[in-house]
Amino acid sequence: MEKISQSTKKKDHEEKISGRALYVDDHVMEDMLHGRLLRSVKAKARLVDIILPDLPSGYFVVDKNDVTGVNRVHIVLDDTPVYAEDTVEYVGEPILMVVGPEMKEVERILNAIVVVYEEQEPILDMRAAETVFFHYNYAKGDIETAFKEADRVFVETFQTGYQEQAYLETQGIIAYPHNGRMTVRGSMQCPYYVHGAIAKALGCKNQDVQVVQDVTGGGFGGKEAFPSILACQVAVAAQKANKPVKVIFERREDMEFTSKRHPSISTYKVAVKSGEITAMDIEVLFNSGAYTTLSPVVLQRGLICASGVYRIENLRVTGRAVKTNTVPTGAYRGFGAPQTFFAVEMMMDHIATALGVDSLELKERCMVKQGDATSTSGKYHFHVPLPEMVARIDQLADYRAKRKNYQHQTGRYRKGIGLSIFFHGCGFTGSGERDIIKAVAKLRKNADDTVEVLASNTDIGQGLKTTFCKIVADTLGIPYEQVLIENPDTDRVPDSGPTVASRSLMTVGGLLQRAAVRLKQEWKSGEVQVIEERFVEPDFVIPFNLKEFRGDAYPTYSWSVNAIEVEVDILTATTKILGAWGIFDVGVPIDLNIIQGQMQGGLLQGIGYASMEQMDYNDQGIIRNNSFSDYIIPTAVDVPHLVTEILNNPYTHGPYGAKGAGELPLVGAAPAYVEAVENALSVSIHKIPFTPEDTMRVLQEANQ
Amino acid sequence: MMIEFTLNGQTVESAAKANTRLLDVLRHEFPLTGVKCGCKEGECGACSVILDGKLVNSCMIALGFVAGGNITTIEGYRETERFAVLDKAYAAVSAVQCGFCIPGMILASECILAKNPNPSEGEIRDGISGNLCRCTGYNAIVEAIHIAAREGKGLW
Repeated sequence: MEKISQSTKKKDHEEKISGRALYVDDHVMEDMLHGRLLRSVKAKARLVDIILPDLPSGYFVVDKNDVTGVNRVHIVLDDTPVYAEDTVEYVGEPILMVVGPEMKEVERILNAIVVVYEEQEPILDMRAAETVFFHYNYAKGDIETAFKEADRVFVETFQTGYQEQAYLETQGIIAYPHNGRMTVRGSMQCPYYVHGAIAKALGCKNQDVQVVQDVTGGGFGGKEAFPSILACQVAVAAQKANKPVKVIFERREDMEFTSKRHPSISTYKVAVKSGEITAMDIEVLFNSGAYTTLSPVVLQRGLICASGVYRIENLRVTGRAVKTNTVPTGAYRGFGAPQTFFAVEMMMDHIATALGVDSLELKERCMVKQGDATSTSGKYHFHVPLPEMVARIDQLADYRAKRKNYQHQTGRYRKGIGLSIFFHGCGFTGSGERDIIKAVAKLRKNADDTVEVLASNTDIGQGLKTTFCKIVADTLGIPYEQVLIENPDTDRVPDSGPTVASRSLMTVGGLLQRAAVRLKQEWKSGEVQVIEERFVEPDFVIPFNLKEFRGDAYPTYSWSVNAIEVEVDILTATTKILGAWGIFDVGVPIDLNIIQGQMQGGLLQGIGYASMEQMDYNDQGIIRNNSFSDYIIPTAVDVPHLVTEILNNPYTHGPYGAKGAGELPLVGAAPAYVEAVENALSVSIHKIPFTPEDTMRVLQEANQ
Repeated sequence: MMIEFTLNGQTVESAAKANTRLLDVLRHEFPLTGVKCGCKEGECGACSVILDGKLVNSCMIALGFVAGGNITTIEGYRETERFAVLDKAYAAVSAVQCGFCIPGMILASECILAKNPNPSEGEIRDGISGNLCRCTGYNAIVEAIHIAAREGKGLW
């Protein structure tokens, strides 16, 4: 283990464990008002009339007419209204906000408002969608010839469902005007995203907006773009009230109406000749919901991962993100990759079964290695440690022997084991880092020789405060306690980009390391010094061209192999998880405890996605699973045997050899789990989540 | 009518209605913001407090029910020697990520150890199964409670 990997007490441990940490709902300001949103109850309708009751003194309503700037939330394409205009496009779309001093009274007023809708026919099913928000395709090799010359052609379709981030702290924002400026604080991943959105909605100058991140109770992507929407709504209210306004979502409101993982349908057509896979023709469909939010980038990542970790010479990938009258979907840890990795891993498994070979054997034959081309004709520039990871997981889980033993079982309890192989592209997709983000990070040395990290990246639980400070302290050769970091405040920190895409540590941590090297050289004890570093793309990168969908989508990749073992009770259709193993290469861990925590937490979220986290809407477009009673996430008793190991594979261009980490562990759990269930029951499965109800269905079909 | 109870060792009273959620009374009236609100329906455990030696979801308890009772929240518990042991144990394995479940999780840890100073892994997992954590995958928290059991000899 490298010295930097040795674990340190986390910077935020003390305030969090003692209950002293203040999250947004813990802040109370003088004269503060409370707001709650009135939301559409129809999936698609024209707003004919809104009839308000008499409002008591001190209470008022905020809507589209109060937006002094542009009534659009700046995200990517800026189509999400701050408040609804003439139509509503999904159940839950915010129409107006009621604001006042007492929440009970705010709720009474909300219930007394009558909205007259002229209903229109909604489109709920993504297969029936008429509007294609985003459409990409790319290809390589000669796909027509490959299919013409194939011995066998396999066609299968895979479906994945919603996944709700289910961070323990719901969304919340406080906005308050003062001295001609607007300050917004709250639970968020990306202060500068919120900053840009507020300036556009209020129609004010950038310098008139200040955004401060409060201690944030989990994000997982759910606090990437969504806080920009809520912040605009609250800032408009605060501007109208000329007082602080706080909005904290209820759990049901948060589950039902905030962005979640895109449901998907992927169809794979695969050519096989002489037992080898020669071509893949892949069509991917993502349900974007009513507005575009982050769908273009989510779809891009999903498509780049569509052929998995396999060398496919002849490849065609087509993808669409379509509009439906459902809640807009968005960022969630993995960002499009868990959907297509599930599909490609299951496809490989099913082809192997049809060819009479074990799934792992087929996968091993086509795994990429260093120097191979990526799906988008970029290059795997660095060592690909998959063979040693497979060997290690086999050792840990006794995968090959169990896999064979578990075939053709009879009796009530049937065991199964499955395995998945996957990567996560580190950092922003394509040229976003170079062309859009252009990250800047700073170190400020104070006169007392303490050093402060100035970056806009947020610690949302993943330990970034600690790892940033460790890098700076070690590079400078000063004690960890001498390096300070606060929650980002846009008045104080430069825009080092959002806290997304497993980029913060690798990219911004790299800038901080460079800044620390320079500061060390220029160090003048007792003086104030500020060092700034800007992002420069590494020169080995083959530039990505989005139009052609070609080049290095990522500079490097984090790698993983998962195995999951289950026992299915065919009487009750329940599945017990006997073990879950994951080997992860995230480069050099900057803190081993933190990385283990990320891997274990991510793997368990992935198992939830695969096995129990079921969310769907009814024929009115209303989400049915909107509470922890109906949307089940794993508890401490669900996967008692969860084992994670770290493989040290330094990345030459990351700080201390670190790569992206946060998203990787979620990406491959689902196919490993479903392969295990297939192994136990000798069936083919094409969907996640695969719940006890699904098991029941499969068992009934097998009996007929 | 005033409702009297013991809160973190002090006798206190509240004028709130007897059917008010204990969670709201603790957060807004006293104001003990270490008690977190995650769902208000008894599912997540973020608002856990110890009532007469038992771990309860304060969102599911009406104020009237605690009349004469003894409540400990993280604000009281953090002053104890037992907390110091748990604090150190949680820090050693970096079991705190976003932190939102942690005040409840610490009080759940206390209840596990109070019941059995040498709990098995199964007892630990059962004891925190009413406290959801979305960050850690629970391993580090389970390990921290094991460490506290080992290091806190005689305290429980």
